[in-house]
Amino acid sequence: MADTYDAIVVGGGHNGLTCAAYLAKAGQKVLVLERRHVLGGAAVTEEIYPGFKYSVCSYVVSLLRPEVTRELNLSKHGLQIHPSEYVYLPMENGDRLIMHGNPQKTREEFRRFSKKDADRVRQFEDVMYRMAFAVKPILGYKPPNMTAPSLRDLSTLKDFGGHLRELGKDTFHQLTKIMTMSADDFVGEFFETPIIRAMHSLSGVIGTMLGPKSPGTAYVLLHHYMGDLDGAFSAWGAQKGGTGMVSEAIASAAREYGAEIRVNAPVSQIIIKNGTAVGVALENGDEFYAKTVATGCDPHVSFRKLVDEKELPADFVRAIDNFKFRGSSGKLNMALDGLPKFNGMEDPRFMSGAIDICPSTDYVEQAYDDAKYGGFSKRPAMEICIPSINDPSMAPPGKHMMSIFVQYCSYDMDQHGNRDQQREAFGNAVIDTLQEFCPNIKDLILHKQVLTPWDLEQIFGLTEGNIFHGELTLDQLFFSRPTAGYADFRTPIRNYWQCGSGAHPGGGIMAMPGRLAAKEILGGTLVI
Amino acid sequence: MTRLTPFHSRTSALNEGQRWEDWEGFLAATMYGLDPLVEYNTIRLGCGLFDVSPLHKYEVRGPDAQALLQRMVVRNLAPSRPGRAFYTVWCDDKGKIVDDGAVFHVAKNHLRLTSTLPSLEWLIDNSLGFDVTIEDVSEELVGIALQGPTSRDLLQKLTSVDLSALKFWHCTDADVGGRRSLISRTGYTGDLGFEIFVRPEDAEKIWDSAMALAPDYQMRPCGLVALDMARIEAGLLQIDAEFISAKQTLFEVQTISPLELGVGWMCKLDGDFFVGRDALIKEKANGTSRWNTVGIELDVTYIEKYFREFGMPLHLPERSWIGPVPIYSDEAQEDHIGRGTSGMWSPLLKKYIVIARVPPHYAKLGSRFWIEEMIEAKAFSIPARVVEMPFFDPPRKKA
Repeated sequence: MADTYDAIVVGGGHNGLTCAAYLAKAGQKVLVLERRHVLGGAAVTEEIYPGFKYSVCSYVVSLLRPEVTRELNLSKHGLQIHPSEYVYLPMENGDRLIMHGNPQKTREEFRRFSKKDADRVRQFEDVMYRMAFAVKPILGYKPPNMTAPSLRDLSTLKDFGGHLRELGKDTFHQLTKIMTMSADDFVGEFFETPIIRAMHSLSGVIGTMLGPKSPGTAYVLLHHYMGDLDGAFSAWGAQKGGTGMVSEAIASAAREYGAEIRVNAPVSQIIIKNGTAVGVALENGDEFYAKTVATGCDPHVSFRKLVDEKELPADFVRAIDNFKFRGSSGKLNMALDGLPKFNGMEDPRFMSGAIDICPSTDYVEQAYDDAKYGGFSKRPAMEICIPSINDPSMAPPGKHMMSIFVQYCSYDMDQHGNRDQQREAFGNAVIDTLQEFCPNIKDLILHKQVLTPWDLEQIFGLTEGNIFHGELTLDQLFFSRPTAGYADFRTPIRNYWQCGSGAHPGGGIMAMPGRLAAKEILGGTLVI
Repeated sequence: MTRLTPFHSRTSALNEGQRWEDWEGFLAATMYGLDPLVEYNTIRLGCGLFDVSPLHKYEVRGPDAQALLQRMVVRNLAPSRPGRAFYTVWCDDKGKIVDDGAVFHVAKNHLRLTSTLPSLEWLIDNSLGFDVTIEDVSEELVGIALQGPTSRDLLQKLTSVDLSALKFWHCTDADVGGRRSLISRTGYTGDLGFEIFVRPEDAEKIWDSAMALAPDYQMRPCGLVALDMARIEAGLLQIDAEFISAKQTLFEVQTISPLELGVGWMCKLDGDFFVGRDALIKEKANGTSRWNTVGIELDVTYIEKYFREFGMPLHLPERSWIGPVPIYSDEAQEDHIGRGTSGMWSPLLKKYIVIARVPPHYAKLGSRFWIEEMIEAKAFSIPARVVEMPFFDPPRKKA
């Protein structure tokens, strides 16, 4: 007789673990099954090179919802995020731009480039803050079913409509603009300096196969301001010990509530009887049965790999096949023999946050053009972190770990040649470009790990290497994530639920899909 | 005249906004940078460096040194031996708290007392008939505190003493940067941390040798704002917040006993005599404690809801506050039962935590009541429940 559970969660990523923790806290007997030997999915830390801890895939924590930290007591389980104070942007001409945690200092820095831009800092922050407030309630709702709204859906829509009305017409106008404009056009209404515009619009294209001049990218920018609402302080930072420790903290909480977590346990298929999920089968043939099965995998894996397509309606299958993944970013993780010296750097402290390589919007747009038809950017945009500056546990004394998020690298770049050669060429393009902004980088590299979207798919099961389980464009958000009628964490299969980033409200280490899915599975109420 | 500690040449050079406050007559840094949250995070993730020189310090020497302090403080010092240290409060004859501080058993027949308020007279008054000498060394000894997860590794670079062998609430003679000092595994942050007492002439050298290691250990100097946030998370008590010294008020209603302050666990009522013991025995036997002091957590979703009534997003305090804030048994605020004495939004825990004084029958874990929160100059009732205190208690504190 196979083991029986109240709930089985497929995938031990941060959302799967979050869902499991809430279900276990509510008294359910829960089993989490992770394919890899480590937990965390894309929020994982691994010692790829001896003595150096790589946050292999995701590298910063900015959106983790405070209610999850609070309700699961994650700080007791080791959650410790070191807030970042600076964004440093080296320039080709040897100068640099620094965004400080302190807004007055940022204004002074902007003044070196443009007095007008300096005066607009506050105005821009205010607009973003107001709009983040406007859309933030969405993060906490189960998206209403727009095709067949229930009474609860109508009440959600009424609440939200009321909330929007209270915001006033200025905010509403800004909101329609940010929902439709390109990041560069939107930011351009405030700032004139190329590097300032590029810095802001870069967050609009991260993880998306669009350029800063593509319409619709302004909205993604807004996503980055959500975290700021929960306290006075910018909420983004680095987890002590790497992002894998966020997953470990959630796993530890889940275990404390009684969840059972297994690694090296790849699920091959969901066992479905009469249109109802009743359990899962592992690749090794083991079977586990449960009243509920939740999937933390992305929609392609959840519906096109783990489930026989005969079990699904044809229009749903088509919708999932049309769901855009299109991985657009690569990742380099490097072990360094010492601290790199970036152009314009007078104090290593300024390197402790993010270091962005994006001297102008045209630079980023050009990088997009290179990769638009396959291939990768010749001079890519980058977001670099050196977590070992704030966290000595990441590297041996005097050495450093550098994480480089690279935009753009397309999933199908291998069609232009041999995959290993392409990966090598991509890695070299990144290092060569970086050298223009950080002259001593090549002397410091002890080891480098190069990951293309294809690698992300192979290692982490991210379809087409999309880091968000599907692009965060408006057509794939809220009541359309992953597709109309199934944004409420349910699926066409009874007792089969979605709890990963392919569900509302989307990607990033936010833990909200996992929390909201658990809430729905439990009938609308969490035990907190 | 405001006095300066021997670290002032260093601390003033680092104090970006020149923000200071009065700590027992000395200038003490409110914060060094412009954002105290950076310093708060330093304590929890790296190492905070504090100038704690304004503490009052007394050397008690002689065959009766331990006996005198045993008579004075509520804590049982019988297990004390050289190398131990104890946090304690002490009372007047009525069993009301006079002050709190730490007892360090420096050597045989040599104990040191630190206190928040001047305590020389209190020591002398209590010493009649004891074979001791008492010396106020407040100015002959100055101190720094290193508090946070990297504090031990940093301090180990400065001393030959094996710090891994120094347990929580223990102390040892040590060389620090080549200067003689007393290192204790103590502090006011509830984290892994140390306090180091040195002679004033060595102060700058010790500060400089610690600061030279700052980049490798994520160390920063930290001010009193960050310190207050850390101590609330740790559930540590603060004079003039959680209690008023019985010596500093004329009104009995403002005094408080250890049983009422939630430190009854440290009073050994069936042991040797100490000042205030008989009153405390009576208070306990008759059940006349008016209060207990507990940790409570506020339901933040209510605060968010009330902000929405003004069309505003949730806004939480950026710093800790010191009350009193009224606590009621009912939402309508008709039945007043107690007070919040200090509170904060904990950026680490993502919880709104408050140290509260409530009647004993409300002090059980899980007890629920209402606390007032002012939003846009309007008083709202926010649900609160008693939770375990310390609010944050990392294993590294004692490991």
